[in-house]
Amino acid sequence: MEEQVITYQINGRERTFHARNADTMLYVLREKLGLTGAKPGCLNGDCGACTIEVDGKVMKSCLMLAIEGHQKKITTIEGLHQTPIQEQFIENFAFQCGYCSPGFIMNCHALVNQLPNASDSDIKEWLESNMCRCTGYKEMEEAVKATIKKMQ
Amino acid sequence: MDWMIGKSIPRKEAEEKVTGAAKYTDDRSDAQMLHVKLKVSTHAHAKLKKIDTSKAEKVTGVHAIIIGESLPLTGTDIKDRPILAYKKVRYFGEPIAAVVAEHPYIAEQAAALIEVTYDPLPIINTTEEAMKQEATLVHENLATYHKTDKVFPEANSNIANRVKVRKGDIQKAWLQSHMTIEENYVVPPSDHTAIETRSAIVEIKPDGTVMITSTTQAPYGVKSEFSETFELEEGKIIATTPLVGGAFGGKVTTQLELIAYIASKAVNGKCVKLTYTREEDMLTAPVRMGLDAKVKLGATKDGKLTAAEITYLIDTGAYADKGTLLTTAVAATCTGPYKIDHIRCDAICVYTNHPYITAYRGFSHSEILFMFERAMDTLAKKLEMDPLQFRKKNAIVKGNTSPTQTVLNESSVGNLPKCIDQLQEMMNWKEGVTIPIDERKIRVKGMCCSWKTSTISGASSGVVLLFNADGSVNILSGIVEIGMGTKTILAQLLAERLKMDINNIHVQMDVNTKTIPEHYKTVASRGTLLAGRALLKAADDAVEQLRDIASRVLTCSPEDLEVGYEKVYVRDDPTTYVYIKDVCYGYQYSNGNSIGGQVIGKGNYTIRHLSHLDPKTGKGKTGPEWTVGAQGVEIEFDQRDFTYKILKAYSVIDIGKVLNYKAALGQVMGSMSMGLSHASAEAYEFREDGTMNIPKLRTYGPLRYGDHPEYIAKFIETAHLDGPYGARGVGEHALIGMPAALGNALSTAAGVELNQLPLTPEMIWRKKVGDKFL
Amino acid sequence: MIPYNFEYYKPTTMKEATNLFQSLLQENKSPIYFAGGTEIITLGRMNKIVTDAVIDIHHIPACHILEQDDTWLTLGAALSLTSIKEMKKFPLLEKVVSEIADRTSRNKITLGGNICANIIYREAVLPFLLTESYAVIATQHGLKERPFQELFDQTLQLKEGEFLVQVKVATKDLALPFFTVKKRRQWGVGYPLLTIAAILKETHIHTAYSGLYAYPFHCEKVDAQLNKPNTERAKRIEHALQAFHKEILHDIHGSDTYRKFVLKNVLTDVIDTLEKG
Repeated sequence: MEEQVITYQINGRERTFHARNADTMLYVLREKLGLTGAKPGCLNGDCGACTIEVDGKVMKSCLMLAIEGHQKKITTIEGLHQTPIQEQFIENFAFQCGYCSPGFIMNCHALVNQLPNASDSDIKEWLESNMCRCTGYKEMEEAVKATIKKMQ
Repeated sequence: MDWMIGKSIPRKEAEEKVTGAAKYTDDRSDAQMLHVKLKVSTHAHAKLKKIDTSKAEKVTGVHAIIIGESLPLTGTDIKDRPILAYKKVRYFGEPIAAVVAEHPYIAEQAAALIEVTYDPLPIINTTEEAMKQEATLVHENLATYHKTDKVFPEANSNIANRVKVRKGDIQKAWLQSHMTIEENYVVPPSDHTAIETRSAIVEIKPDGTVMITSTTQAPYGVKSEFSETFELEEGKIIATTPLVGGAFGGKVTTQLELIAYIASKAVNGKCVKLTYTREEDMLTAPVRMGLDAKVKLGATKDGKLTAAEITYLIDTGAYADKGTLLTTAVAATCTGPYKIDHIRCDAICVYTNHPYITAYRGFSHSEILFMFERAMDTLAKKLEMDPLQFRKKNAIVKGNTSPTQTVLNESSVGNLPKCIDQLQEMMNWKEGVTIPIDERKIRVKGMCCSWKTSTISGASSGVVLLFNADGSVNILSGIVEIGMGTKTILAQLLAERLKMDINNIHVQMDVNTKTIPEHYKTVASRGTLLAGRALLKAADDAVEQLRDIASRVLTCSPEDLEVGYEKVYVRDDPTTYVYIKDVCYGYQYSNGNSIGGQVIGKGNYTIRHLSHLDPKTGKGKTGPEWTVGAQGVEIEFDQRDFTYKILKAYSVIDIGKVLNYKAALGQVMGSMSMGLSHASAEAYEFREDGTMNIPKLRTYGPLRYGDHPEYIAKFIETAHLDGPYGARGVGEHALIGMPAALGNALSTAAGVELNQLPLTPEMIWRKKVGDKFL
Repeated sequence: MIPYNFEYYKPTTMKEATNLFQSLLQENKSPIYFAGGTEIITLGRMNKIVTDAVIDIHHIPACHILEQDDTWLTLGAALSLTSIKEMKKFPLLEKVVSEIADRTSRNKITLGGNICANIIYREAVLPFLLTESYAVIATQHGLKERPFQELFDQTLQLKEGEFLVQVKVATKDLALPFFTVKKRRQWGVGYPLLTIAAILKETHIHTAYSGLYAYPFHCEKVDAQLNKPNTERAKRIEHALQAFHKEILHDIHGSDTYRKFVLKNVLTDVIDTLEKG
């Protein structure tokens, strides 16, 4: 058996699809589920543009087989609506081309929710997982800090 | 007071970008689409003895395999590049064959089964080797290639172009020089690393219409290149470009679009997609130039620059592509922004067996300035002058001439001395440049000046404004939204001009060459000037139409009317007006009679008075205005380990006019980050045989969060009279001084002249300790 | 995109896993165990790891254990590096793994995956080379425990079909004074030029290294020189440097001589930190 039927609880809905065992989660999100928010930047776990949340943990979806997510609760950027971090990304000009943004936002969203008192070093530890080539990163720092402040 | 100019309006596509709704090329997919995978060269220079596709053809799901026979040659100024390598390969990673299959993984499987037999040739691995008399030729038939009349390839050599600058009398100048320095500099080739890798989707419709969707900065360039290369009617080529995930110059060259086209043709025009992996994006696609130089500078005893004599060798890699134009740009800005009356410069574009080059943010200026501004610091040291004061003393001002002998005025050159003064204050320069922290660590400052113009003769842009029935306006412009936000700036310019609510202005983000007026290319920080001026002209056109209809409604002369605040009103009596929404689709009188129709404003703009450079002297004008700046960095340097942290990065840029403060700041901070990343870490490292480790982001190592410094930016506003509301280009300018500023700070810190990039701790250690260790 | 296909199994017991392995072998397949799987995915797409059957050990409860009693700290091989980093039990290990890759990747990379990886650095190994540690291995005939240092020679010496279930570390060694640092070519994320981990047991410094050779190691001869009594610091370091018997790596991250220079400085820091305390 080189293919499986897989079910995700994704963005609040149940979705079932066929995939090869060798398919990554990033691939099925984009090609089978039409969720193209997660971006392929390196397929190597280096850039973070494909970051999503699986059972409450941020993951690089290029580093996961689709099958590993079977029956799990998955949130992609399409599952976030008007969250404080999205608003602050706009307010602080924390993106330009926008290609790294879905991954960056997913990571920042998890950070502000899981560590509402995140220190500078926590923010660094989390955010060094994502690469941006347009901004100077200062913009994301400000977006995260502003969100934390607003949420308190 | 400004209505909209200078305001930090969030970009128009912001909501799409934070929700994952924004669509980029690779996001388009359907079940019918076929997928292309390349087989690329594992040699840097070799004859292709045999390409055996028999095993690959047997893989189930493979529709076609294409190899490079009898395909037309392509290129920008010199047609030297096969779409797929033919008879020989000239760089590691060059495409040799393309597999078209039902699924990307099947295409990949099959590509791996293609067997290529090579017959290795001697490697040209440096510009120095390329320039030797008896050097192996990268292109044996250079003289026979089709070329434009702007470039001068030299037959039976590796020289693709040579541009000369001869200003003043260099021999006399050396006699007047009391102090001279002569230094060599090296900047290796490097990568753009846009987070979105390049991608193209091509389909040929039954009537022969070619549909191309790709990650290009130049969809209109794709259109003309397709027409030229494949002899297609222009009207039957439709290039579309959705949002682009960063480009930085790397997406100017048409490469994978051409491959996707021949792939589609091989499968009866079916829709095919070719998306580069990161590895292909770094190896196969064009890269950033390498540059080598010898710089000789002279000055009088009191620190007046007298002469500059420079040879630049541009490593264009295996093909000329944008290398020839980059060579012109190198020559046109061959010095820093200083008054120098005597200049002799040769900029030589040299073929090697490296990946070929294309534009990179700054279009050679950051490489040149690293070299020239390092030389300025070295000369200042020898003169025992403060490097900042030395620069201020020689700063270029109105009335001086550029290296290509264009007389500059305040509008064209801005105010560099003011930038330097501002930087001096911001960096607390008087405190000194080296401040001890503890036994091992010191805090050190370095600075430089920067300037850039574009090399852009013939560039033009068109804009159409379509009014909606509710009085709102749609902007159609061929600018590609690659991240710089120019389309939002266009909306701001229109809101300012019509004094209207920016929320009622809608910008078409995707570009389609069939339906949207042409914008030259989204390059060279020229969007705001070209499209901005076209937009203002289109706005005037629309205003004229609105006044015409309104004048008949208000029974007055159109000359008495003004447009603004959603109304057309009488200048002298604003209480007499008609709403724009009531006239922008024509006007219906109460008796049912109608006049006019939908208001459609149109405008275009071409930069005036640009010229080619004179082949003997380099005299001429390649770009409109210059953007000047003064930049600096402050580092913490560990004297034992030769490691460092970048604490602060400073930029003072004469921006002409700030159109959107946070957007401008974003361009400046992002540029500084990119410049520092390049200067500190990024380079291709070639083995002796011209191959390299398969590059990955994790080993290439661009700056990440936490490596970034504190950014301090300030704008000076000296109007560029041709620019919309006085604005100058600012998309690249904060990048271009960063390598020099960092190099100057580190050279001071380490007490040794650091004349090459990247400035890694090992490189500093090698210069400082090197063979003396162990 | 992994260009080949494979079967995927998720056994829930160790027995099931090892039996599966054997039966797949008998079908002439080349199965591999999968923990975090990051390396199988990233090297798989380059055809550098090729397999036709994957056995995911994630669903085996023993691989997720994180337990401590008076004598042992037991760490399941399928624990993510993030959970190791955040456990607050073994500061040296926590610090060492916190420098591997980046945090989001560490949510996926597992302890066992890093220890048994192809990658030459495998820094998670270092703390176990310095402490009283055991590798708990699943075999066809049940569990076996072996001293980690005995079983580790360049790689963890597992027989075909065996897999690492847990690592046990003596509780008494968890809080030993330590020093660790990762030195890179440039900036804060990425592979090491060299990573050193060092502990102080009584008055003796023990060191282990990654990035110097093509595998992590601990070398008694180096430690002997570093601890040489009645010898000044500079001499001890000089002799220790000479005790590295093999050729030091020379690659795109750094040359061999530069690595030696960095090593020399790092050894100074090891001695200063651990002997000062």
